Amino acid sequence: MSSVSKYFSGLFTGISSLLKGMSVTWKELWTKKVTQQYPENRDTLVIADRFRCELTMPHDANNEHACTACGICQMNCPNGTISIASAMIETEDGKKKKVLDTYKWDLGMCTFCNLCVVTCPSNAIKFENTFENAVFTRSKLVQQLNHKGSKLREKKK
Amino acid sequence: MLLNYSQPLEVTNLTSWLDSTLRGSLSEFWVLLIEFVIVGALLLTAYAVIALILIYAERKITAFFQARFGPNRVGKWGLLQSVADMIKILLKEIVKINRSDRFLFFAAPFFMIIASMSTFGAIAFGKGLQAIDFNIGVLYVTAVSSLGIIGVLLAGWSSNNKYSMIGAMRSGAQFVSYELSAGFALMTIVVLAGTMQFSEMIDKQQYCWNIFNGHISSIVAFVIYLISGHAETNRGPFDLPEAESELTAGYHTEYSGLQFGFFYLAEYLNMFIIASIATTVFLGGYLPIQVKGWEAFNGIMAFIPSYVWFFGKTAVLIFLSLWVRWSFPRLRIDQLLNLEWKYLLPINLVNIVVMVILVLTGLTLTDLFPSLF
Repeated sequence: MSSVSKYFSGLFTGISSLLKGMSVTWKELWTKKVTQQYPENRDTLVIADRFRCELTMPHDANNEHACTACGICQMNCPNGTISIASAMIETEDGKKKKVLDTYKWDLGMCTFCNLCVVTCPSNAIKFENTFENAVFTRSKLVQQLNHKGSKLREKKK
Repeated sequence: MLLNYSQPLEVTNLTSWLDSTLRGSLSEFWVLLIEFVIVGALLLTAYAVIALILIYAERKITAFFQARFGPNRVGKWGLLQSVADMIKILLKEIVKINRSDRFLFFAAPFFMIIASMSTFGAIAFGKGLQAIDFNIGVLYVTAVSSLGIIGVLLAGWSSNNKYSMIGAMRSGAQFVSYELSAGFALMTIVVLAGTMQFSEMIDKQQYCWNIFNGHISSIVAFVIYLISGHAETNRGPFDLPEAESELTAGYHTEYSGLQFGFFYLAEYLNMFIIASIATTVFLGGYLPIQVKGWEAFNGIMAFIPSYVWFFGKTAVLIFLSLWVRWSFPRLRIDQLLNLEWKYLLPINLVNIVVMVILVLTGLTLTDLFPSLF
């Protein structure tokens, strides 16, 4: 190809490719806007189920949880986020038993690594996708997960 | 005073009434003085208001091109966003830079704003809405608008900063090259119109806009003018003087507060000025669409006031510039200079010769079909 025809073919292919690019952006101008208008769209907002935001301890209707206060989650936590206080009680048949007193979790130190949930032998805790966790003071980030007056769910025999 | 019933919305009614009332009670000197002050104040206000509207429009349209909503929190649809930004920029501290050339540093933004302001005055916004109307209007506009580059170079030099310097030098190279193309494109139309005065040029386009009148040659000149005008405003694919990924913000890196505001304002107004000069020269300025022989249609079109036509046409061109800006990636400096010196300039030179031949041999549309146009 001679340099003259190269010049002109380059010019016209350049123009056509520019017009092609503009047609693409023209179509993009009319596409649906993807922005999520957050505080207004709370009702329709979809957060993935596995999104880890807040550690919870599920309680059933009788206010019973599954935590045996074994302390494995506390040991596995890389940041020392979880602190478990347990108490010794004596059951009706005279045996001594370790039960959960307070289960404290510090959101401010948590990295949401999920190791506590994975290692829990009795599936007592799980992460929920409730993401609106902002508070005004740091002390409010420390939450007690076991409800007041709750006790260990008895295994069915 | 007689009301103009066919065009009741024109500003000429108001201005001629004002002029005759003032002349009735005051001497010539005071009438002129009052009118000059009013025109100056109105132009300054229009300058700021148009910039605010443009900033809002650009942010909105940019967002739509990127499938976003853009500003929508301050006021209804975010209409007050640019007002809020203006207040913020007015309140910011003007930082004094160590070891900068203090005098030039402070002078630079004024060069920018004065250049674009004096070009702004030469724009015909509507019938009777033109402050400066020389018989060499086109030359005046090209001359005055190129003063802005002094501001850019001064800003880059006096900041004592490598990024600013590189940005200013790039801007200088770009501006000098593309001003040539823009000038030649305007010259093509001057050949066609046979005048350099904006008002006369607009009057001649009543039935046939210049872009149609000179067909091939005019359209080529129009495209070249838009490209080079776009390059002069340092925007879109030609924004390498302020390429933020390499030069933080280019020549205005060190500026803050109102001084930065001046650069910002001048950039947006230059976009408007380029679009409005293109409107005036190529698209019939403030004239409505008129077809020879269709009296009813012409009457309806003329009922729409001239400033609406002007701003409508200008808005279309501004939209085109935004569309280009968000379509193409940034050019490298060698590609930029290649485009100008190897493509636009030769095409332009050939184009002027073609236009001269068209005019001399009577091949323009008005010469070919005198009954239609």
